[in-house]
Amino acid sequence: MVMSNSSFRRRQGAKRKPISSFGLILPVMANSDVKLIGAWPSPFVMRPRIALNIKSVEYEFLEEKLGSKSQLLLESNPVHKKIPVLIHDGKPICESLVIVEYIDEVWSSGPSILPSDPYDRAIARFWAAYIDEKWFPAMRNITAAKEGESRKALIEQAGEGMVLLEDAFGKCSKGKGFFGGDQIGYLDIAFGSFLGWLRAIEKLNGVELLDETKTPGLLKWAQRFSSHPPVKNVLPETDKLVEFAKVLAKYKAAESTS
Amino acid sequence: MAGDQVTLLDFWASPFGMRVRIALAEKGVKYEYSEQDLRNKSALLLQMNPVHKKIPVLVHNGKPVCESLIIVQYIDEVWKDKAPLLPSDPYQRAQSRFWADFVDKKIYDIGRKIWTTKGDDQEAAKKDFIDCLKLLEGELGDKPYFGGETIGYVDIAFVPFYSWFHAYETVGNFNIEAECPKLIAYCKSCLQKESVSKSLQDPQKVYDFIVMLRKNLGVE
Repeated sequence: MVMSNSSFRRRQGAKRKPISSFGLILPVMANSDVKLIGAWPSPFVMRPRIALNIKSVEYEFLEEKLGSKSQLLLESNPVHKKIPVLIHDGKPICESLVIVEYIDEVWSSGPSILPSDPYDRAIARFWAAYIDEKWFPAMRNITAAKEGESRKALIEQAGEGMVLLEDAFGKCSKGKGFFGGDQIGYLDIAFGSFLGWLRAIEKLNGVELLDETKTPGLLKWAQRFSSHPPVKNVLPETDKLVEFAKVLAKYKAAESTS
Repeated sequence: MAGDQVTLLDFWASPFGMRVRIALAEKGVKYEYSEQDLRNKSALLLQMNPVHKKIPVLVHNGKPVCESLIIVQYIDEVWKDKAPLLPSDPYQRAQSRFWADFVDKKIYDIGRKIWTTKGDDQEAAKKDFIDCLKLLEGELGDKPYFGGETIGYVDIAFVPFYSWFHAYETVGNFNIEAECPKLIAYCKSCLQKESVSKSLQDPQKVYDFIVMLRKNLGVE
């Protein structure tokens, strides 16, 4: 199943930054070659897709199948063999947040993704790292954990993380609608890409992680983010992810017994 | 920048702290070094890094920046007029970020397994560790630094672990130089730079520290 990028067929050329040491400006390229290797359920893949949409960059989405890795993926990411991989004019870039920063720097004429102030950038990067290293690993293990103490502990951990992120939202947004202010930015993308899975995990486990009393700011932000144009066609519906989670669980069970 | 107040909350043996020391030295930034007791964390540390309660923390004019590579990028962006640590080309920058992330994901955790495990687990960790170092050696190639002609982001991410190699080798009973001679030669040449030699620690001291940690953890 290949998802097309039908909403953004505006033909905006991909401009490159000038080479600063010689002051040369490269000619504007009409359709530079942009491919993204990924899969629709992966929150990490959603990140570069949202970033490319923000910059109105057309790209070819090369979908990997569950259970097998394409030759192109293995060649483009020999170190980790993981998606997403952005291939820009034949050159691969790996790791979702590295790709997002790359997209921001290459297509610099589009709306900015990283904040401009170095301290704000450090804070955005800090929370993105927290999400990847602490929050999502706890979230991901909730469904697999056995009922009882260990699942309860993981749910509590995820909940504590949500409170921290609610506080971060208050500080970063400074009263505006997104972590990035008026526009969605790096941290919106880093965290928002998990919203589909957050809701799926809530449904699968009968828990509430986004709630009006504990995370009122994030609750509203989630609605705003999900309906934002660059995000709308990228974030999968909760029910589709719930179905996929079941498929994935069956696949993993089969793998471990074979 | 005149009037800047810069403090580094750090721990002498931490390779993560060493990264920040090298970056500050490369940029010629004057700062106050504040040694932290990790078994009895100070109110300042807990206030400046409430989420992780870890060092290093850079406090710049009262505002804390946490996570060593995030701090290094911050230093590069604030003190941008001297010694750029990241390349200017976006593709090269992405490659630097990728490899620094690789060092972060692999070197410390696998190294830690070498000194906290025994038997088959330790053998597996040693093999993993050498595999990672060989990948890095391949990426370095014939360049003087990962960054090219001058020391950069990946060098700063990686070279502090050289202080810990003697400890890994002694505890794990293996020889890193025999497996990765080019990488070790590179580490030694990095030490010729004052910013590196003044930031890294004496490998013997680090080894003694690991021996103590192993005793406390009951690994023997």
